[in-house]
Amino acid sequence: MYDPLNRIEGEKADISIRDGKVVEGVSDGATIIDASGMIVMPGGVDIHSHIAGAKVNAGRILRPEDHEKDVEKHTSITRAGTGHSIPTTYTTGYRYAKLGYTTVFEPATPLMKTRHTHEELDDTPIVDKGCFPLFGNDWHTIEYLQQGRVEECAAYIAWMLRATKGYAIKIVNPGGVEAWKWGRSLVGLDDRVPNFELTPREIIRGICKVNQLLHLPHTIHVHTNDLAKIGNYQTTIDTMDSVRGLGNENKPSIHITHVQFTGRTGSAWHNVGSGAPEIADYVNKHDHVTVDMGQIVFMNTTTMTADGAFQYMLYQLSGNKWLNSDVEVETGSGVVPYRYRRNNYVNAIQWGIGLELALLIKDPWRVYMTTDHPNGGDFTKYPKIISWLMSRKAREKSLARINRIARNKLDLPDLDREYSFSEIAVVTRAGTAKALGLKEKGHLGVGADADVAVYNIDPRKVDPSRDFRLVRKALKKAAFTIKGGRIVVKNGEMVETPMGRTYWVDSSVSEGLRSKVESDLRTTFTKYYSVQMDNYAMADSELAHSSRINVKADV
Amino acid sequence: MTTLSKKIISNVVCPFCGSTCDDLEVTVEDGKVLTARSGCSSSSSKFLSCNIERPLTPFIRKDGELREASYEDAVHRSAEILANAKYPVLYGWGSTCNEAVRAGLELTEWVGGVIDNTATFCHGPSLLASQEVGMSTGTLGEAMHQADLIIYWGSNPVHSHPHHIMRYSALSKGRFRSSRKERRMVVVDVRRTDSAKLADQFIQVTPNGDYELLCALRMAVRGDELEQNVVAGVPAERIEELAELMISCEFGVLFFGLGLTASEGRHRNVDVALSLVRDLNARTKFLIFPMRGHFDITGACQVSAWITGFPYGVDMSQGYPRYNPGDTTMIDILARKDCDAAVVIGADAASNFPAKATRNLAKIPVISIDPHSSPTALISEVVFPSSFVGIETGGVIYRMDGVAIMTKPVIPPPPGVHSDVEILQDILSHVKKLKTGQ
Repeated sequence: MYDPLNRIEGEKADISIRDGKVVEGVSDGATIIDASGMIVMPGGVDIHSHIAGAKVNAGRILRPEDHEKDVEKHTSITRAGTGHSIPTTYTTGYRYAKLGYTTVFEPATPLMKTRHTHEELDDTPIVDKGCFPLFGNDWHTIEYLQQGRVEECAAYIAWMLRATKGYAIKIVNPGGVEAWKWGRSLVGLDDRVPNFELTPREIIRGICKVNQLLHLPHTIHVHTNDLAKIGNYQTTIDTMDSVRGLGNENKPSIHITHVQFTGRTGSAWHNVGSGAPEIADYVNKHDHVTVDMGQIVFMNTTTMTADGAFQYMLYQLSGNKWLNSDVEVETGSGVVPYRYRRNNYVNAIQWGIGLELALLIKDPWRVYMTTDHPNGGDFTKYPKIISWLMSRKAREKSLARINRIARNKLDLPDLDREYSFSEIAVVTRAGTAKALGLKEKGHLGVGADADVAVYNIDPRKVDPSRDFRLVRKALKKAAFTIKGGRIVVKNGEMVETPMGRTYWVDSSVSEGLRSKVESDLRTTFTKYYSVQMDNYAMADSELAHSSRINVKADV
Repeated sequence: MTTLSKKIISNVVCPFCGSTCDDLEVTVEDGKVLTARSGCSSSSSKFLSCNIERPLTPFIRKDGELREASYEDAVHRSAEILANAKYPVLYGWGSTCNEAVRAGLELTEWVGGVIDNTATFCHGPSLLASQEVGMSTGTLGEAMHQADLIIYWGSNPVHSHPHHIMRYSALSKGRFRSSRKERRMVVVDVRRTDSAKLADQFIQVTPNGDYELLCALRMAVRGDELEQNVVAGVPAERIEELAELMISCEFGVLFFGLGLTASEGRHRNVDVALSLVRDLNARTKFLIFPMRGHFDITGACQVSAWITGFPYGVDMSQGYPRYNPGDTTMIDILARKDCDAAVVIGADAASNFPAKATRNLAKIPVISIDPHSSPTALISEVVFPSSFVGIETGGVIYRMDGVAIMTKPVIPPPPGVHSDVEILQDILSHVKKLKTGQ
């Protein structure tokens, strides 16, 4: 068993489950699952995966060619569906369950369209889920911060999280997406947002303060500025540094997502390099930061983000079809198909950056394994990435096939660190659950949700460094996946398909502040939005399986 | 003022066109709608006439005649028809809610049929074109706040989406454009429509000439010289002027309708329009919007896509989703006489389809689900009366720009009349029993 939160690292152990929870012990009449010679971990917790919502679905519609060769047939217990880089919702749930994942978060949803996101999440089976609404380009948020009204901003964001049933605050290219609505871009953190007197730095700091005031379980979750800039690693460091000192010392105060995409050095595409050493150095020295990889895989995938400006740039670079959707008042989005190629110098460097980040950042509790699905590649590639982390030999095999000049430029060939099973458990479940503030996930101690993954691989007999292919095989198809105490996967096949819960956060602010903000909102809402405020907010009953997390704000 | 039984309900969402205006004020009393204000005439007409021509019981055809039947019998008969059919098609979906579409998709899967929606003869070409090119679009509030150039091409919103201009474009009040003077409206159409009369500029294009005109515009936008003096009835100077207008605006929007999707060229017309707008984004900011017609056609396509991967014309007969418009689309299937049963819901196929398709539809057992009686009901084997989404029952619908809005009932449905969702779920439940033998 690997349960790093409870310091169990490869020992033999029994787990008792009753009524969906891990308990001290069960009676002799209980069903026994014999996992001898297998690895048992808490169910996977994916902190960042685009699986539901307007841009995800726009991507599905955009790319019929993505689905044609990857189909799932209807069975008496499973729904039909399609993949490949953007699977349909039922297929998404089944494929995650087969990987031993039991919790997934959709990391970017426009406030105005989050009802759509929840409709899709409600059609995503097995996994527990939640979503992160977008605030970094939102007029209300920016104006409150511009006027120095941080407490009212906090009350507003609490209102919005309740209205959208959101779990955490997402920030994408703060200020930059608003600039994109005029076809413009911002450069760095101190450029002024057109029509507003605020800078990205001020937006990030302001929202970070709000996050602290609201006591949200997760930190602000940030996709930094300058994704389209060639050499952009410094922006990542500046962003991490922008909130240093704002948080309380025991907990991180910012999460930077898919750092690979903003981890480049260079001034032109032909001299791009890896900024991973510099970023890793910062992360190693500052524990207020957590990050996730955003690892790329060499495949034909679909990029999709709220960063409309970046997506336009990618269209210009690649010439591929380009979808853009600006959301009034709040944010934007873009979708562009993209193929990562081994022979492409920049793609090869990108591939190296993600892995270097994970290998150079020393504390596995602060770096998580993601592909920013589907931006870097789809989530069914996770076992492959895990094998790269665990095996230098696996990396060397891939390194041998990538662009030669890129290989010579990267530090990756010289890195000999290899992740252990325990560290993999951290970066795919224990660490992510902790970062998300989900106390009953990511571990198997008494009181935890009975979400368990059993992989058919014996850590006493298999050396993951040498036998990385066996690791991949075992992680691709869980021997057992247990969700809420029910066996949902056996030998990589679905056996039961219950629906999971949707987590969202209700941060309660003082009544006086709440009613003032709501009354102000009534005025601005009518001026800003093309829908009525009364029709905007979601009722709790709109979620099929709502799971509200209550916290008390400091305001 | 309200009396004991009289109620005024505000911010009601209108279930008529793709504008989904949500600021209606409806007065109800004793379970009936008295007035419906703030909406357009189509809107109030829908609310006020919901009880006209309305069956209140199901019907099943016996000996050539439609006879009143119980709900249970109608459900059983429908389930039998669908479970025994080799290639049923479930069609319509544009005028119901997402919850019903979801149920319809599951039913289609269980009967191994095809699910197609009204996009198939409306904005299907727009979907096809966007699958080639992509699309630069947004939510309608973007046009409201920022657009200083508004073009309606092959779209006559005064009639098709009466409050569109007022809420979202030339007459709307936005943050950065607060008056009509700050906006320029151009209409391109084959005749001087009522919408053209509101425009600053009207450009008359020869019927079926949109493709050439759009190509010429693209060329002009790119700075290429037009070698023709006249393209599709429009003089080259006017084309160049329009190109200049488009390049020099701060924020342009192009709304297009059936003028592009239904005239010669169809999806290729839309392809050029999408490409033109994409090209314009290199010079300025430009968005394009298909003027989706029915109040939940956008939702129907979206739900279809997240469940199957495809927005319409989805064939599940092999047990998995397949998409091949022209092959797996309703009218083509009917023309080939390939389907042996059909469900028509939230649409009136018999009225809208080409005659050949309707004749073939009349030859197969049809299950129609609709609040009103219609020509489709008259050729059906089973008829279900259903409740109106947005008036008698609630459900999520999507505005033409993809914004999800929750509708709520303002009056109860007539006794014995079920919602689309209930009917479909009850049929599905029986189909499952028939298919699994349980």
